[in-house]
Amino acid sequence: ILSYPRHPVLKKRDDFEDVLEERRRSSDLRYALRCYTPTLYKGLVPCKVSVLKSIVLQSDHLQCVIKQVSSESGDSTECVAEEASLILDEMAHRMQLSTVRFFVFTLSKAFKRLFRSVCVNEEGIQRLQQAVQEHPVVLLPSHRSYMDFLMMSYLLYMFDLPLPVIAAGMDFMSMKFIGEMLRMSGAFFIRRSFGGDKLYWAVFSEYVKTMLRKGYAPIEFFLEGTRSRTCKSLTPKTGLLNIVMEPFFKGELFDVSLVPVSISYERVLEESLYARELLGVPKPKESTSGLLKARRVLSEDYGSMHVYFGHPVSVRSLAEGKIKRSQYNLLPRYIPQKPSVDTHEFLNDAAFRLVRIQEENMVLKPWVLIATLLLQNPDGMDLSSLTEQTDWLRHLALAFGAFLDWPDHEACSEVISCSLALHRRLLSVSAGHVQLSVTDAPQVETTPEEAVFQRAVVVLSCASYRNQILHVFLRPALLAVAMQSANSSRKDDIYNCFNFLRNMFSNEFILCPGDSVQDFEEACYLLMKRGVLQVLEHEIVMSASGQSTLAFLCSVLDPFLQGYQVVCRYLCEETNENLTEKEFIPAVRSFCFVSLSSDLQKNALAALLRLKAVRKVKV
Amino acid sequence: MASNSSSSSAQQRLRIIAGHLQKRPEDEHASVAAQECKAETPRSNPSSAAPVPKRRQEIMKWNGWGYSDSRFLFNKKGQAEFTGKRYRLSGLILPSLKDWFEGTFGANLQHKSPATPTVNLSAVAPPNLNEPFIEDLKAAGVAASHDPEDRVFRAHGHCLHEIFALREGRIGRVPDMVVWPSCHSDVEKIVELACKHNVCLIPYGGGTSVSSALECPHEETRSIVSLDTSQMNRILWIDEKNLTAHVEAGIIGQDLERQLNEHGYCTGHEPDSMEFSSLGGWVATRASGMKKNIYGNIEDLVVHIKMVTPRGVIEKSCLGPRMSTGPDIHHFILGSEGTLGVVTEVTMKIRPIPEYQKYGSVVFPNFQQGVACLREVARQRCAPASIRLMDNEQFQFGHALKPQVSSIFTSFLDGLKKFYITKFKGFDPHHLCVATLLFEGDRGKVLQHEKQVYDIAAKFGGLAAGEDNGQRGYMLTFVIAYLRDLGMDYYVIGESFETSVPWDRVLDLCRNVKERIVRECKERGVQFPPLSTCRVTQTYDAGACVYFYFAFNYRGLSDPVHVYEQVEHAAREEILANGGSLSHHHGVGKLRKEWMKESVSGVGLGMLKSVKEYVDPQNIFGNRNLL
Repeated sequence: ILSYPRHPVLKKRDDFEDVLEERRRSSDLRYALRCYTPTLYKGLVPCKVSVLKSIVLQSDHLQCVIKQVSSESGDSTECVAEEASLILDEMAHRMQLSTVRFFVFTLSKAFKRLFRSVCVNEEGIQRLQQAVQEHPVVLLPSHRSYMDFLMMSYLLYMFDLPLPVIAAGMDFMSMKFIGEMLRMSGAFFIRRSFGGDKLYWAVFSEYVKTMLRKGYAPIEFFLEGTRSRTCKSLTPKTGLLNIVMEPFFKGELFDVSLVPVSISYERVLEESLYARELLGVPKPKESTSGLLKARRVLSEDYGSMHVYFGHPVSVRSLAEGKIKRSQYNLLPRYIPQKPSVDTHEFLNDAAFRLVRIQEENMVLKPWVLIATLLLQNPDGMDLSSLTEQTDWLRHLALAFGAFLDWPDHEACSEVISCSLALHRRLLSVSAGHVQLSVTDAPQVETTPEEAVFQRAVVVLSCASYRNQILHVFLRPALLAVAMQSANSSRKDDIYNCFNFLRNMFSNEFILCPGDSVQDFEEACYLLMKRGVLQVLEHEIVMSASGQSTLAFLCSVLDPFLQGYQVVCRYLCEETNENLTEKEFIPAVRSFCFVSLSSDLQKNALAALLRLKAVRKVKV
Repeated sequence: MASNSSSSSAQQRLRIIAGHLQKRPEDEHASVAAQECKAETPRSNPSSAAPVPKRRQEIMKWNGWGYSDSRFLFNKKGQAEFTGKRYRLSGLILPSLKDWFEGTFGANLQHKSPATPTVNLSAVAPPNLNEPFIEDLKAAGVAASHDPEDRVFRAHGHCLHEIFALREGRIGRVPDMVVWPSCHSDVEKIVELACKHNVCLIPYGGGTSVSSALECPHEETRSIVSLDTSQMNRILWIDEKNLTAHVEAGIIGQDLERQLNEHGYCTGHEPDSMEFSSLGGWVATRASGMKKNIYGNIEDLVVHIKMVTPRGVIEKSCLGPRMSTGPDIHHFILGSEGTLGVVTEVTMKIRPIPEYQKYGSVVFPNFQQGVACLREVARQRCAPASIRLMDNEQFQFGHALKPQVSSIFTSFLDGLKKFYITKFKGFDPHHLCVATLLFEGDRGKVLQHEKQVYDIAAKFGGLAAGEDNGQRGYMLTFVIAYLRDLGMDYYVIGESFETSVPWDRVLDLCRNVKERIVRECKERGVQFPPLSTCRVTQTYDAGACVYFYFAFNYRGLSDPVHVYEQVEHAAREEILANGGSLSHHHGVGKLRKEWMKESVSGVGLGMLKSVKEYVDPQNIFGNRNLL
């Protein structure tokens, strides 16, 4: 189910419908108060929030861990149980339909102001309606904006689907009032890190599993763990995925449906905020007053938004032949068990594949193509050549299977000028020449540092749009670079080079572990079909007409190659033996300021650590 | 006990009908009847010495279950009836069976799939005879035959694929001859000659195997001899001091029970197949009886076993009740499935016939509550002789087997009961399930015990639902195999399989296996939803035995048996994945061999293999079961 087709171009995708259209025509208040009768899970055991808590606290699993913790720490079991109860109080959601209705009302207003349209694939909704009845459902949206989970709940309400309970970071809870409002609309809060805390983990996992087993509500969480500041998918986390799969592994559920959801924005609300954060300006703390200050965003145009509900993925079929469920036969099921090596590998693989599905169903707007080109031409481009090249790139992207939302009956130049208008904050257009620049920066004297900083903000903002399409070009681009650097046309040499690059970049991009050969073959296939390459038995030869495509693909990866080089150079030249991880990022940043985001630096360091080029010494 | 055997079957039928009208007189319960639900032997000769003839086909079906005279059919009016005179149900009309049958399977009485009426003897391959063996055998004076009908009858058990093939007239590899030893020393001679002439021996007891254990291995090139134990059927002695009986292993369950009854004893071992299965077969497959809570399973019942192997006779030197003499050699024999030798004589525990017996039933609002109740009963170790919990589908199935009621008053009472349970008590008829009970012992204790169990049931929302319901539940067990033949007349095939599982996994296992069956059927193109139902049939301290029935309408499928086998295979995988065992009492045979290593570990399998190698290096007992 998860092995994506060899010919990505042939992938059939559903049509979209704008859900705001109806909202613009009828009363939001009446809509928020309408009769809500969701489709329910056939095995649902209805229970109240308070009952849910006591089921969790009384569960064999939690009781077992409470005893363990009590005997290890020497505290009485009552004491530990009390602590567990407090953890649960801090964590648990308190879903209330009235709060949801309030959100529906205000969000209707907000969404109409923010977005021109919110497009949803209704076939996906229908599939979800079916899935929700059959088995407990886990919703796995991509995470690019705070808007994501608000939008998810909003849409599920709209289509009479059961409202999800959402795993949210504790940061929100610190927002007075809003945090509680979110709690009452289904969010439950987990600490960002609780590595060694057995009790916390037990409460948390039992809470999620209980809701899943009872079919209480769909569970929603973000595989990527946090918002991606770069609009590139992040390496998935497997902790929560393991929790939601375990009831299946242990036979407590016949199956669990995982539904990947891809949410894409024509303009991300947090656009420049992210760029600043990547450049080292700390993330503003989530607070209610901060939110009120951010009202300013309401007055801007964020274009359209697309939500694509993917095909439900059955955990049962995913695990078929990979997980031996009988491994759980010899231990009472309530005793917590660390996932075995096989299970861990399976979880990791599944998580990567799910993120790949998210990526592939992510709608790309024309601006993504334009941003890619503008970044490759830092001195700007003439409108005419931009138009021409965008059109060329559009065809290339489509040939590689990109999910491009290009208006059907409009001239290319029309489409481009619309996109430029929407993103005018990032560029300047004068006399038919388009260039990335800071248009609204005060023209008063700025220090050179500030000017560079301002420019970096624009470049990184723009890069976040280019990043959205990287997954389409990634494999062919790796092949293009491999061919360039292999200095040989022998297939084996090129593959080795490809493999090296793929390995190096596997913290940077979503590259399913173990898929090296498939990725290589896919890249060969795509480029061959495009007439760029000829793949012979032992050799790969460039076609005469392939030069421009290969050059383009190489320059797609260029910024990343350069960035990694900078990090390596820094590490070589820096003689300080005792570089701490905390100092690393500011140090590299000061070493080479331009176009280096902290995200890339972290990934590069992680890759070097993984490849054992750099050693981590605990002090 | 004479009261039971003397009452004519006609009287008994009348009694059932009368039972609906009035409460049965109390003393009727005292008339213990292991056979009450089962076939009764002809009254003329109650202690007939050889109830199973050599030519079994004369009284039993060659291509279906049980006696030739007993079968279900839909009569001209479209009503179901059960023919013959042997069972309580015999001669009765079952008015609701048709609707249940058509409704459950989407079957139609217009669409028949009749069986081939007689054996096509030309399809039976000529026997591959080992002449020197035959000559020596003749000299030894052992009865033998290579009549094709005799051979075909012993070439199969009662797996679906075996019966289905026979109904279609397809006959595969069959034994080349049949021998009938009449005592232990006959068996010794046969085994010795088989070794001498390198002949393959397959022991045959009652022929009720459901694990492909009797199938002749295709790769076998030697002459295959079926060793039919049916003529070794005597009780050799009864020791009232120690309460043991020494019995030849070919005896059939119902004969053993009846003959012991005449002396005032019973073994209490009542597997569902006891009308046809043999003592030797029970030992060879580790059989389990319905009333094991009182009497124990076969391994608890045997005191001494004598088995003839190619290496000689294996037996213990005394009748001590327990020994610490290394691993119990009985456990090499129990469950050896005919791979090591032939069990010839067994010393078994016997008990005085209980004074009083009473059926009962409890209705639960749902299966979960029912399982919780059984678990509590097991925890308190107060399980009655038998306690079984049927799920909702099986409850409805049981209802479809209610015989025609003779008065308006009874149907009015039934209606009232139904109203009370569903409307007044709020039980959902699509969720409620029923536990059937059988109490045995002296009267006072039974009544006390009954109260204890009903009190526990009440804690789990259970309502007592009368003796009739209970008794009908047990009857179902004995006629279910006949019902399969009826289904096969109308494009419905099915079978049962079982497992044992720890208590905490019972519910999950039942749900997952049932759902897996439904899903697999759908994926394999079965046009109609299957019947996928289960019941918990035995309780233990640490777990339970679960029994599944699975059947479907195969119209539109080109290879229904293959589909059936794939689904059953998937169901077994699901059982193992959910912490269930490979088998509780059916055994492994050839059907479940592929999972043996996984089930007992490589070392475990190696141990068994090395025993086989020592005991039977020539693979004389070459049925290739188990290992």
